[in-house]
Amino acid sequence: MEKILTKNIETENSHRISVYMESGGYEAWKKVLKEMSPEEVTDIVKESGLRGRGGAGFPAGLKWSFVPKVDKPKYLVCNADESEPGTFKDRLLLEKDPHMMLEGIVIASYAIKANTAFVYIRGEFANQTVLLLEAIQEMKEKGLLGKNILSSGYDLEILVTRGAGAYICGEETALLTSLEGKRGYPKIKPPFPAVEGYLRSPTIVNNVETLCCVPHIINNGTDWFKSIGTEKSSGPKLYCVSGHVRNPGVFELPMGVPLKELIFDHAGGILHNRKLKAVIPGGSSTPVLTESEIDINMDFDSVAAAGSMLGSAGIIVMDENTDMVDACYNLSKFYAHETCGQCTPCREGVPWMKTILGRITNGKGRNRDINLLLDICKSIEKRTICPFGDAAVAPVKSYIEKFREEFDYYIEHKKSMIQKNVKSLDAVN
Amino acid sequence: MSESFSEESKAELKKLMDSYPDRMSAVMNALHLAQREFGHISYEALEALSKEMELPVQQLEDTASFYTMYFKEPVGENVIWVCHTLPCALRGSADMFNYLKEKLDIDAGETTSDKRFTLMKAECLASCGTAPMMQVNDDYFEDLTEQKIDKILGKFD
Repeated sequence: MEKILTKNIETENSHRISVYMESGGYEAWKKVLKEMSPEEVTDIVKESGLRGRGGAGFPAGLKWSFVPKVDKPKYLVCNADESEPGTFKDRLLLEKDPHMMLEGIVIASYAIKANTAFVYIRGEFANQTVLLLEAIQEMKEKGLLGKNILSSGYDLEILVTRGAGAYICGEETALLTSLEGKRGYPKIKPPFPAVEGYLRSPTIVNNVETLCCVPHIINNGTDWFKSIGTEKSSGPKLYCVSGHVRNPGVFELPMGVPLKELIFDHAGGILHNRKLKAVIPGGSSTPVLTESEIDINMDFDSVAAAGSMLGSAGIIVMDENTDMVDACYNLSKFYAHETCGQCTPCREGVPWMKTILGRITNGKGRNRDINLLLDICKSIEKRTICPFGDAAVAPVKSYIEKFREEFDYYIEHKKSMIQKNVKSLDAVN
Repeated sequence: MSESFSEESKAELKKLMDSYPDRMSAVMNALHLAQREFGHISYEALEALSKEMELPVQQLEDTASFYTMYFKEPVGENVIWVCHTLPCALRGSADMFNYLKEKLDIDAGETTSDKRFTLMKAECLASCGTAPMMQVNDDYFEDLTEQKIDKILGKFD
């Protein structure tokens, strides 16, 4: 496939506005300002079938159309808080092509009639924040941002807020609370942010990759966009492959590419010619797939049909030597560290699961521990304000369901079933 | 002991507050600025920030205490974050962490006696394709090996 979102990344100084404009950058923005009404922009994005690349896959244009016609300021927020384990695509876009994202932001802001847009960038991306601020300055110097942009009468400012190391702030309502300068606590939906978001005003939150698609849709049209990918998941997609593969990285391919092709062709297959054991298809919060379940296509509906989720397309590959109980324990440590503490089932249940998994991997598991884990899962699921609780439960439930014998073995024999020369979660270097 | 911002930082804070639709929204960036100025977010730093922003210190403390990156205690000159989440763990992050631990003779959350390094375990830093990795201050170091770690730490000598 011809590269679209990653077409500039090999070019020297691809983060500079001059390089971006040489490759046709900001033509879509100029076209929008000159020829299109906000409603027309929204309609085109709706028609293109673009679905959110942050994880939920909600149609972007439809989301924009939910902004009510009220006399309140509207806000556009770019979610650059990439922190789902296994996901590293937005960082690539931020580093190599910040202007593509910025062009998406200005077009989206125009569509929803916002005069202020925000980029909420994860705190660890300090160097990327510097690049982004420089890029915004470059836009202003070219008259592409600020007051009365290109004499259109439209005003827009972009502000950059740095997060400070909280996974939960990737969830849109938590992100908005954090943007307001508070603890990153999620809120109950409805009201959805499109109706009541930042400072209780209509706010649209879109992922970096979603916004990067927008200028291309304006330039090339909806038919072109729909010709890539599948009927219900259109367009190009950035897939992140990590774990036990020879050639990990970000691969730009159409929506709906076969998972096996990604792992064995693009990512070079399994390290040391070992056998594949399990694959997490969409970031750590999505249920794991076994070797027999990976004959699927990577689009929202196909992965859902296989009982998991495309999520952020963070594909984590595990080979035959992986101790699945230990892998589960690793992820439970992550969720126990990141629970925001607002809802009791999650605040109490998630660290408790970590404690239990920790004692099982230490050879101190008790006979009723597996049932206890499943019980705790049930007490957390769907009982929390935000989807974090369900995300923390998904690995535990699916690992127990699919690799039950490894859990049982650990408890009975006080050690891992995986006979290995190396510890499972260690060196391949 | 009370703290106060430099004139330059005061101007930067003022600019920050003026740019946002409301003052509270400047808090996340303002806390980063305070940490740059004072090294960590002590109660005195929060008091100084409270004075400049005209926001209650309790409100600032409430926010600051939620986020991992705002240090509540003093840290070393250089902070090392070793990612240990699953994609890095599958590629040997535990060995990298243990190597650093032995080399610096400190455990996670501790600072070397000469105050030069603080060692931390980090949750996923969005660099899974180049695992194992670590962040030192603002920079990412990827595809780590023991030899690479020696070289990287050498740069800070």
